[in-house]
Amino acid sequence: MSLLEVSGISVTFDGFRAINNLSFSIGPAELRAIIGPNGAGKTTFMDIVTGKTRPDEGKVLWGEKSVNLLKMNEAQIAQAGVGRKFQRPTVFEDQSVAENLMMALKAARSPWKVLFWRPAKPDHFRVEALAKEVGLGDQLDRKSGELSHGQKQWLEIGMLLAQEPRLLLVDEPAAGMTLAEREQTTALLVELSKSHAVVVVEHDMEFVRRLDCRVTVLHEGSVLAEGSLDHVTSNPQVIEVYLGR
Amino acid sequence: MKPGFLSRNPSVLTFLAVLAIFTLAVTFLSEAYGAGLVSTSMVKTLGKTLTLCLIAIAMDLIWGYTGILSLGHFAFFGLGGYMVGMWLMYARTREIVLSSAGGALPMTPQELQDAIATQIFGVVGTSELPAVWSFAGSLPAQLALVVLVPGILAFVFGWFAFKSRVTGVYLSILTQAMTLALSLYLFQNDSGLRGNNGLSGLQNIPGLDAVGQDALSVWFLWASALALALGYLLANFVVSGKFGSVIRGIRDDEARVRFLGYSVENYKLFVFTLTAIIAAIAGALYYPQAGIINPAEIAPIASIYLAVWVAIGGRGRLYGAVIGAAFVSLVSTWFTGGRAPDVPLGFYTIKWVDWWSVLLGLSFVLVTLFAPKGIAGIVDWVQGLRPPKRGGTPLGPDDGSLQEKEALE
Ligand SMILES: Nc1ncnc2c1ncn2[C@@H]1O[C@H](COP(=O)(O)OP(=O)(O)OP(=O)(O)O)[C@@H](O)[C@H]1O
Ligand SMILES: [Mg+2]
Repeated sequence: MSLLEVSGISVTFDGFRAINNLSFSIGPAELRAIIGPNGAGKTTFMDIVTGKTRPDEGKVLWGEKSVNLLKMNEAQIAQAGVGRKFQRPTVFEDQSVAENLMMALKAARSPWKVLFWRPAKPDHFRVEALAKEVGLGDQLDRKSGELSHGQKQWLEIGMLLAQEPRLLLVDEPAAGMTLAEREQTTALLVELSKSHAVVVVEHDMEFVRRLDCRVTVLHEGSVLAEGSLDHVTSNPQVIEVYLGR
Repeated sequence: MKPGFLSRNPSVLTFLAVLAIFTLAVTFLSEAYGAGLVSTSMVKTLGKTLTLCLIAIAMDLIWGYTGILSLGHFAFFGLGGYMVGMWLMYARTREIVLSSAGGALPMTPQELQDAIATQIFGVVGTSELPAVWSFAGSLPAQLALVVLVPGILAFVFGWFAFKSRVTGVYLSILTQAMTLALSLYLFQNDSGLRGNNGLSGLQNIPGLDAVGQDALSVWFLWASALALALGYLLANFVVSGKFGSVIRGIRDDEARVRFLGYSVENYKLFVFTLTAIIAAIAGALYYPQAGIINPAEIAPIASIYLAVWVAIGGRGRLYGAVIGAAFVSLVSTWFTGGRAPDVPLGFYTIKWVDWWSVLLGLSFVLVTLFAPKGIAGIVDWVQGLRPPKRGGTPLGPDDGSLQEKEALE
């Protein structure tokens, strides 16, 4: 039983086929790494799942009831339980770390409910705990625009956790992180995948190796190979297009 | 113990205190209730200024906080004025008709209505009461329309604009077009609102003939101050919690807000409609003090001035908008009222009545370029606050508070 089932999607930008008949599926508690050269379509794939980009054809089905995600907008998809961390850290620079996390925290999302919502004790505790978890425990009141690149990455991971999604789409989480932080990130992702579906896009092979999970190789918008890291890295096609450069 | 609302919001307390002191001071200096040092027309100017501060708060909510540069909020302000003006004019005319009929036979309701209609619409060549005046005889109904008409217009307009994801400059142009269309429509004689004559005599409040304008002006000052205080508290409530976080998030990066699960369109629609209603209430208080409303008041330029006030005062914080509206509109009254002394340069004499707009435009450009936080930035400067260190230069008005480099990244 899979949580996300993508089948036969294609998308064309001004005549350029960025995604070409791509199929992909992931279970409710599974870790998956996606690798592929620059421009392979990794980010575009996430754009389609999260509703940012509409595919020209294909299906994207979600959850036990196989809901069609293509009929939903970005906000509805996020509410359904798809969380996303962007390739470039995108946090709200003008707001504090606490405000960023509070906004992401799982709660009602409609304007009326949000207007009258005021954080209760458990919400404050949760925000503090999340901030601690991502190493920003003592930075709660700082404007997130003042954080370093790596700290913004962490804050965004914290916001992703705060949403309590069922599927986490994580685009290049380790960029700008130190070696120790990378190890911490892998540990976190592996731990999360025990109860969540986690898709990680990453260029760094060492990072992928530490994830120790199934790997999907994308090339020119479609799946080139899939399997364990050792399996895909011994595939001659993969070596040609990606590793052997 | 939980800290009280006011102690958590010291700027609100300061604002309310300053407003209260101002209102009391004007009252005790007025002709009706005090020393008579402040003329009745000055009291009216100050009362009108308070309502302009209220619409500036609305503008700050929609532009400074949500990042939507609306160039149409004076249309809602004007509509609010028209709605209350209809009752003022109708009820006042009824009084006149009834008293001039004197001891003659009592009129039937139809005769009375015809007589009122002839009085009001003689100038545009009809004597029939247009359908839009159906409720003009009832104060509660017209007061409800002050909120409903602009509210519904804003909701319907916003629904189409936001659901089709029109943003940035295009949205500004669209709001401007709406304003222009409304004002052109009202200019027509058959709009039912007396065309370019507009509504007049609004300073005479029906049933309050015994009260002089000197006292009425103070009453309206109080009403305007109360509305401003409530508007400030409401706006502060809206921006202080998570809702404020979300709309500031929409201003800075609306796509990101969507991926957190917030429906950006609904938030924009909510703020647009709410601010239209605040603007309408401000207008309903302004025009009885101005005495007259005509379609020129709704012309697009008014809404552009509103943006200028808020920018000069400092958008993105409520007291900035209030300071900007009060300061610029009062200075503007001074310059355009012919009271500012001319500057003779020998070869040319600067007449402020003509040159004030140029000066205002120049200040707007200078503030935008060199002091994007406006007058309210002085508060930060005094408190020694520093903005976060960020790369690049600030973006234009539609791209929120992101810096160039961040937005391009
Ligand atoms: N909105 C768009 N308009 C036009 N072309 C686009 C758009 N989005 C992506 N592309 C193109 O589609 C291709 C796939 O891009 P995508 O960002 O998905 O690659 P990626 O695998 O994430 O690469 P990277 O490793 O560099 O992040 C690229 O050639 C890109 O230029
Ligand atoms: Mg990418």
